[in-house]
Amino acid sequence: MRLYNKPAHELHDLLAKKEISSVELTKDVLARLDETENKIQAYIDVTRETALQEAEKADKKIAAGEAISYFEGIPGAIKDNICTKGVKTTCASRMLENFVPPYNATVMEKLQAERPVILGKANMDEFAMGGSTENSAFHPTHNPWNADCVPGGSSGGSAAAVAAGSAIWALGSDTGGSIRQPASFCGVVGMKPTYGRVSRYGLVAFASSLDQIGPLTRDVTDCAHLLQTIAGNDKYDSTSSASEVPDYTISLVEDVKGLKIGIPKEFFVKGMDAEVETAVRDAIRKLESLGANVQEISLPHTEYAISVYYLIAPAEAATNLERYDGVSYGARVDGVDVVDMMTKTRSEKFGEEVKRRILIGNYALSAGYYDAYYLKALKVRRLIKEDYDKAFGQVDVIVTPTAPTPAYKIGEMSNDPLKMYLQDIYTVPLNLAGLPGISLPCGYSSQKLPIGLQIIGKPLDEATVLRTAYTYEQSQSFHKEMAEVKA
Amino acid sequence: MKYEAVIGLEIHSELKTNTKIFCGCATTFGAEQNTHVCPVCLGLPGVLPVVNRRVVEFAIKAGIALNCTINKFSKFDRKNYYYPDLPKNFQTSQYDLPIAEHGYVDIETEQGKKRIRITRIHMEEDAGKLVHSGTTIKDSAASNVDYNRTGVPLIEIVSEPDMSTPQEARAYMEKIKSILEYIDVSNCRMEEGNLRADLNISLRPAGTKELGTKAEMKNINSFKAVEDALTYEIERQEEILEDGGHIVQETRTWDPNRGVTLSMRTKETAQDYRYMPEPDLVPIITTDEEIEAYRKGLPELPDARQARLEEKFGLSSYDAGIITSSRDMAEYFDAVVAEGADPKLAANWMMGDLSKNLNSEGKEIKDSPVDAKRLGKMIQLIEKGTISSKIGKEVFKTMWESPDDPEKIIKDKGLVQITDTKEIEAIVDSVIAANPKPVADYKSGNKKAIGALVGQIMKQTRGKANPQLVNQLLAQKLDQ
Repeated sequence: MRLYNKPAHELHDLLAKKEISSVELTKDVLARLDETENKIQAYIDVTRETALQEAEKADKKIAAGEAISYFEGIPGAIKDNICTKGVKTTCASRMLENFVPPYNATVMEKLQAERPVILGKANMDEFAMGGSTENSAFHPTHNPWNADCVPGGSSGGSAAAVAAGSAIWALGSDTGGSIRQPASFCGVVGMKPTYGRVSRYGLVAFASSLDQIGPLTRDVTDCAHLLQTIAGNDKYDSTSSASEVPDYTISLVEDVKGLKIGIPKEFFVKGMDAEVETAVRDAIRKLESLGANVQEISLPHTEYAISVYYLIAPAEAATNLERYDGVSYGARVDGVDVVDMMTKTRSEKFGEEVKRRILIGNYALSAGYYDAYYLKALKVRRLIKEDYDKAFGQVDVIVTPTAPTPAYKIGEMSNDPLKMYLQDIYTVPLNLAGLPGISLPCGYSSQKLPIGLQIIGKPLDEATVLRTAYTYEQSQSFHKEMAEVKA
Repeated sequence: MKYEAVIGLEIHSELKTNTKIFCGCATTFGAEQNTHVCPVCLGLPGVLPVVNRRVVEFAIKAGIALNCTINKFSKFDRKNYYYPDLPKNFQTSQYDLPIAEHGYVDIETEQGKKRIRITRIHMEEDAGKLVHSGTTIKDSAASNVDYNRTGVPLIEIVSEPDMSTPQEARAYMEKIKSILEYIDVSNCRMEEGNLRADLNISLRPAGTKELGTKAEMKNINSFKAVEDALTYEIERQEEILEDGGHIVQETRTWDPNRGVTLSMRTKETAQDYRYMPEPDLVPIITTDEEIEAYRKGLPELPDARQARLEEKFGLSSYDAGIITSSRDMAEYFDAVVAEGADPKLAANWMMGDLSKNLNSEGKEIKDSPVDAKRLGKMIQLIEKGTISSKIGKEVFKTMWESPDDPEKIIKDKGLVQITDTKEIEAIVDSVIAANPKPVADYKSGNKKAIGALVGQIMKQTRGKANPQLVNQLLAQKLDQ
């Protein structure tokens, strides 16, 4: 029996009932990885040996008749910008090609308390900068539904692994859509929690005020459980929320009766992809038929979101990435003196997109331009947040497409960064406003590429987002389909 | 033309917290290289800072003690510049919303009291330390970075350009040091770099208002260097202006060995720090209640203490100023007085023999071998006439070397003053008989000749004779 194609909750039951072993499961997922990886290239590093050791440990526990936690013995992947003690964490960059963190990210500590099997580190756009995983310094990742297409990004490796079956679950990070957009492109579930819901300690920073770690899973049930595992206040992250983490499994009920759903008119504009619009409108009608009240809302500052994002994120990135100088860790290219060494190291070891954003960020922060760019961006960011505050006075959740198109061809946009940036139009505002959002499959294009539905919630109201998503998910069967990955 | 100097100081003071500003590493000075480090202060990928609340508390206390307004909404910012001792290549500091603003201190000048305004106080992290194989980064084949100091908490106290002489600048820095020590937020050990100043100085024609172009001298870490560097810089700038030249806005460094300032970098190559709000930290909110609680917890500050000593004990402003210049000294004084000693005598002994002995051995007053209790007892013995002041010096010297009480020393050495009139009279008679020449001199009108006779008497009594009594009896006998 193949096991790689089942969600974690089914596998958990099988393990608990001793119908399968974790070693058996891990070997099956590794076999799937071997079948697909040369085509998909979802991973940067596969930790086969330790994965099997972890599986054996889980099996011993099961054999001893002990209760196991939800993800115990179930294999998953970690985006390679999350620090894993003793295991290389490269951020898909030549700069950190050989960097082995001496500490674990808080999410890894929380996850490992559940003793899952870690299969390895997933590919991504370098330092999470990009939406296609083409910016990995090592290799691009391919979309399991069509290997000529991108898997989205920057958590493209995580999403592709879950979609292809080379991981049952994965962790990603989302700064402007980096979990939700690849989830949409790969036909899996991906959630960006509220800013502060999950600790960022140990997540290699891209844009500190926007970054959040979140789950990528086969379905909403696994998503709720994985969020439960990683969420919570952390004394090592001053920006983490002190509010208590609710029991997200309570949200796994089919109930949207009387739920007020807002549809932002600014998100459905002329010229948007017709197949995406149809799939999303069908999903909205479905929710309406299940008892939700749908109303049109307005988010008037939406059109500025991309500009604001592409000032704030690069500005934060520019300072966050200053530490990579060749002095005490990471790559070093020797020079005639220290300035030359730093300059050469940064020039040679950062990729093009990273350098582009560092330049934009420093420009926006430089004397004489700060007020016109960065400060203004912060002000507009507040206006965008106020749009959402106002909208959430009227509705419980907001439903939109996750991305304006299905997955596009590899190379199609790599020479047009501006066009690529516009791909983030539906996802970026949530990061600017700090809101939770989920992407789940809601159909396919004529080319059989997945289309994602985004559900946005109030701050710290992941519960309602999950309940809405679960109700919709249970009304159809997209989540049960997996990509074939033809050899 | 006559010029006047316009001087402002930026004083950096390390705070004496047990742990660093953004992580739990120890702040101990002098540890083996790179032993007080962790992923956070090393700036490893993925780490986040967490503010040490003690740092905020100390900074607020400094703000209150320096008469500042405490900003109830304050935040951290990133100051971006590349240097190998700065692991993140930005310093987490404060830019537009510092913890405290608009304060002042009063200093003593030759023209009397002068108020120096304080622009702001902000919190920031210290950088690491480069250890070069040569003498500078430029002439070294290799350099190591010691990150022990990285993240040690600092406050930067920025003054208005209110000082006009090197002496005022020194007095200002001494005052700041004294206050920080009083409120116990910094060790202020200048030789360890706990306290260092950047000096800004410009000249303008005396009596004019417009500021001239300034030069800045970085990292001056002694009071003497503050005075010397400014004195040199005034002369240098004066010469340029006299010759019709222009001052270049630049950063200069003070070379104490050669006694000159040297150009480091000019404004053209100055840094653009690209400040931005620190997104990894939340704003620091302080309530009125907290500020009030800190205010109540502060000890009596130097100015108030000095006024108290002047009013209560009648000390001169000068003496009271010196006694209260450090908290340890002021507390020592209070303890001597509490022992029952006369306050003026206490001040004299502290500023005299005690200071001299401490200075010659390079000791701090808190490590003085003669504690306040023993000094107090000894002063009382002088007051009671048990010993003379002169014998007191001998007793003090003995106390410095032994733990014995002054009474025991006096008894053991037989130093009790001879106050028996009969006994002294006998000696006076014998000395008059044995020294006809000074006696004759005295009688013929040279009153100074009495000194030789007093000397003889003191010699015979090994200084134990009560000097007043000796003088009195001698004069009586000679004038008969």
